[in-house]
This record gives sequence, C-alpha cells and structure tokens, in this order.
Amino acid sequence: MSPAGPADWAGPADPVPGSLADLTAHELAERFASGAATAVQATEAALERIAATDEQLHAFLTVTGDQALKAAGEVDAARERGEPLGPLAGVPLALKDVLVTKGVRTTAGSRILDEFVPPYDATVVRRLRDSGVVILGKTNMDEFAMGSSTENSGYGPTRNPWDPTRVPGGSSGGSAAAVAAGQAPLGIGTDTGGSIRQPAALCGIVGIKPTYGLVSRYGLIAFASSLDQVGPFARDVRDAATLLETIAGHDPMDSTSIPDAPVDVTSALTDGVEGLRVGVVKELFLEGTEPGVLARVREGLDRLERLGARLEECSLPSFEYALSAYYLIAPAECSSNLARYDGVRWGLRAKDSADVVDMMQRTRQAGFGAEVKRRVMLGTYALSAGYYDAYYGQAQKVRTLVRRELDDAYRRFDLLVGPTAPTVAFPIGEKADDPLAMYLNDVFTIPVNLAGNAAVSVPAGLSEGLPVGLQLIAPALGEATMLRAAWAFEQDLGLPTRPVRPGEVRS
Amino acid sequence: MPISRADVEHVARLARLALTDEEIDRFQAQLSLILEEADKIRRLPTEGVPPTAHPLPRVNAWREDVPGPCLTLEEALSTAPEVEQDRFKVPRIIEEAP
Repeated sequence: MSPAGPADWAGPADPVPGSLADLTAHELAERFASGAATAVQATEAALERIAATDEQLHAFLTVTGDQALKAAGEVDAARERGEPLGPLAGVPLALKDVLVTKGVRTTAGSRILDEFVPPYDATVVRRLRDSGVVILGKTNMDEFAMGSSTENSGYGPTRNPWDPTRVPGGSSGGSAAAVAAGQAPLGIGTDTGGSIRQPAALCGIVGIKPTYGLVSRYGLIAFASSLDQVGPFARDVRDAATLLETIAGHDPMDSTSIPDAPVDVTSALTDGVEGLRVGVVKELFLEGTEPGVLARVREGLDRLERLGARLEECSLPSFEYALSAYYLIAPAECSSNLARYDGVRWGLRAKDSADVVDMMQRTRQAGFGAEVKRRVMLGTYALSAGYYDAYYGQAQKVRTLVRRELDDAYRRFDLLVGPTAPTVAFPIGEKADDPLAMYLNDVFTIPVNLAGNAAVSVPAGLSEGLPVGLQLIAPALGEATMLRAAWAFEQDLGLPTRPVRPGEVRS
Repeated sequence: MPISRADVEHVARLARLALTDEEIDRFQAQLSLILEEADKIRRLPTEGVPPTAHPLPRVNAWREDVPGPCLTLEEALSTAPEVEQDRFKVPRIIEEAP
C-alpha cells in the first residue's frame, strides 16, 4: 500500500449523520427509486450544506434555492405519477456561471456582466432541466474562464475545501469546490485549457473534458471558441459519465456540434482495462513537477498495469511548445470574442461619455479585471498587423503538429496517461502576480484542447494531505474507453466518495 | 523589451481599453515576458505545415431554413443598458455637419 493510499483519505472527521448531501448521484437515485428519499429532501440537504459552508468557501455566486426546491418538487410529483425519469432526475447540481440561465443573473465571473439577466437558457441548461436535474445556483469562476485558481473572479476567490487557505484551481473552481465539499454531488464546468481537469485534480474529484463538439456551446459565454468545451464534475466516475450522457449530443444551435456523435459512455463502464494499450507520455513528466504528484501518478501507472493495461512510454515532442502556442491562440480568440462587451447590448456602460469610442473604452476599462485585460491585450497584439504570421500564424502551425503527433500516437495506443497538473493546490495569492507561473498550471492539460481530444482527471491519492489527479487522454469521441479505464482505476484504488469537510486537517 | 510603451498604448487603443499609466507600465513588462516565452515557438521549424484554426474538419453546417421560435423584441432589448424607440441607444457616433 502506498503511503498516501486509501487509508490516508479518511472520510469526514465529523460527517453529518445520514445527510443526503454526502451521497453520490447514483446513491441518491437508488434512494429516490426505492422511496427512501425524495428530490426535495436531497435539495434541502444540499442547500443546508451550502448555507453551512459557503460563507467560508465562496463556491457560489448565486444560489437559487426556491427555484431548486420547486424543480425538485416537480420531479417528486412526476415520480409519484409513475412517469419515466432519467437517471439524474432530482439530483442537485452546481452550474458554472458561464452558461446562461433564463431569468437568473449570469456574470461569467465578471463585473462587466454584474447585472446581466439572460433571456434564454443554454442548451446544456435546457438538457439538465429536461432531465430533471435540480440546478442549485451559479458557481464562481475566473473572470470569463481565464485563470487556473478562481482568484481572477470579479467577486473574490473560492477556497479549496481540503484547505481553505489554498485555491481550488480554475477556472471552474466554484463547481469543483462545491462538489468536493458536498454542496452538490454534480457540477458543470468548462475546459478551454484545463479548466475542468485542473480544479478536479486540486479538489480530489472527477472532471471530464469532452471531445470538442460533443457538448453544445450554445449559451456558453465564449472565451476561445475553438477550444471551449462544457463538461461534468462528480465525486465518482459513474456519476461524471452519466452527467456527460445527459448533456452530450448534437445541437442544431451550435454549428460546431458533431452530428451523430455517440453519447453512450456508461454501458461498457465496468468492462475493465484488460489489454488496453496505454501510452505514458514522456513530455507530461516534466522536471519541476512536484515529487508527490509524480509519485502518486507513477503508482497509478503501476495500478493500471496490474489491472491488465499494457503500458509503454511514448514521446510527443511538440507538447513542449503547446503552452506557448495556447497562450497566443486563446488570447487571440478571446480578444475577438470579448469585443462584444462594448456597453451597447448588455452589461455595464460607463456614464457621461463624450462619444461612442470613449464610452466603449471606459466601459471595458471599468468592467474587466487585470487578467482579462492582459489577455485581450496579448491577443490583440498577436493578431495585429506585422505580428500575425510570427505569433498567431505560427501558433496555428504548432497546433497542427500537436494534432499530428497525437493522431500518430493513437495508432499505437488506445489511451495516453500522465499527471493532470504539476502541483497540488497552492496557497491563495502565491501566483497571483506572476502570470507565467500561473499559466504553467495548464502545461499538461492544454495539448488536449489544441487537438480537440477528450480527457479526464481522476483522483490518484494525496500528496502532503492534498489531492493529486491522474489524467487519461483519448482520441476524439474516445470517451467510452477513457471512462472505462478511469472507472477501473477508481474502483481498484477505492478512495472514499464522501465529501471533504472544509478546513479538516489531514495527516 | 520586445514591446515598447508606445506599442502597449497602440494595442490598448485597438482593444478599446482606457488603461491607466500604471497599467501600461505593468502590461509592458508582463506582455514582454509572456512574448519572450512565446518566442520559443518561432524556433520550431514549421515549413510546409498547414495552420489549424479549429479542431473539427467540418466546413459548413447546413440546416433547413425554417422559421422557429426566437426572442421577442422586448426580450432582445431587456439586457441593454439604454433603449430608445425599440433600439439599442448609444452615444453620438456621427459628427454634426459643420
């Protein structure tokens, strides 16, 4: 047994006895089906957990308790009438505040959208509602999803429930912290360069970045449109896979949505990893990665091998350039996408302007935070006359090389594996003034976004009392095989799925 | 530094950001560091490599052109800071004739 194996992952020191908030979604579903609990009770338990913990954690920007209880009541009534219900009907969920919700304020973590109340639901939100999922509210995030710590929120940082002096990761840090703390069994995040996988790793939960185009982006407030993808958080692989099935599928409202994509990722979930060919990516074991992270991930590799997977090292040299390419491509796309925040159609508007350009400049100056301005500036520069070919154009060619090397690797391997992030959760403030150090958080997750592939972060144990994530990477639409491996790994490792208590001290 | 103060001011104008002097100084230093790091991709030989702008090979996503539900005028304008005569209201754009 490894020193940070299951024994160290002690459950809550003082669990609320019998609280429904401590259960996974599939455990809740069993209780709903047997009549042992109702959706209203589960929602009440989640809202109580939020009330008890969120003053400290600040995972939520908006809690819609009344709406949640109403939705839960409707699910209970439908169940009573014997209507057919989906596997997640009545299960509470924490929604990242980057997906628009009809009639509910949606900020994307930005002061420029402080009073933005969208007139429609994102497709993902509509699918959740149609499936009976109970949306508890909107979670905190780095402004416009730009960041790796949730410190760039215009509304103050979220804290990591494993250690509230540390960040939960980002940009989907609010949803990740909420799921880790038992405020909800399920969460929705978005992943442009690692914004689901990295906070999942830092909060000790499961996070899936689906294949680009598998989940609709309609109603997702755009950051970098060729990279953004919506995906699930949960405390176990089965829940995350079920949530992915609920939100995946073609949407005519998103022209980049893949038609006829397979969305069944659960029927083969328990089939094991026997004979799977897994490539250990040399470039994902960088110097500078924390020794405790490397130790847990190497133990994870041994575990996969013991379970019957065939591991072999592979090298993808272009990965070394992926981070730099990403930090030109993503800002370039963001500078274009964020041009719409001009004080005309929505959001903040600076008062008493001399003319329209003055209004736009002062609106954006007042509404955007430092990281957003930095990336808008960087992207505008990279796209400007005289620099386009050298920066944006060259970055797009590097993107081609990353894709080609990954495609070559998939001829030999079913999956690729490595750490999710180079560190465990770091102290709030530690990297806030050092953009380059912050960007390094995403060094292992970014290549997948550039290629549009799928990946999952699954808990691999603890390093110095804080969670470590193992990343499994699959070719486009390879989610079923990827989650099969994640499930086998998780079951064999056997970490508890119970939430962590904020501030709990662990050895 | 690869970026001058004038570059930063120029890019801020293009990006419609009324940066403070202090921000201009800070961004000059930070953007210079980031671009120095990004410069490493320029050392990578990419002759003959086509650019990738998007992960999906799809070219056009057609659908039938049929009427469907859409936002009402009221809904579409509901998020605007200022509205007049069923339109988004903005400060004057065109100068009055002299």
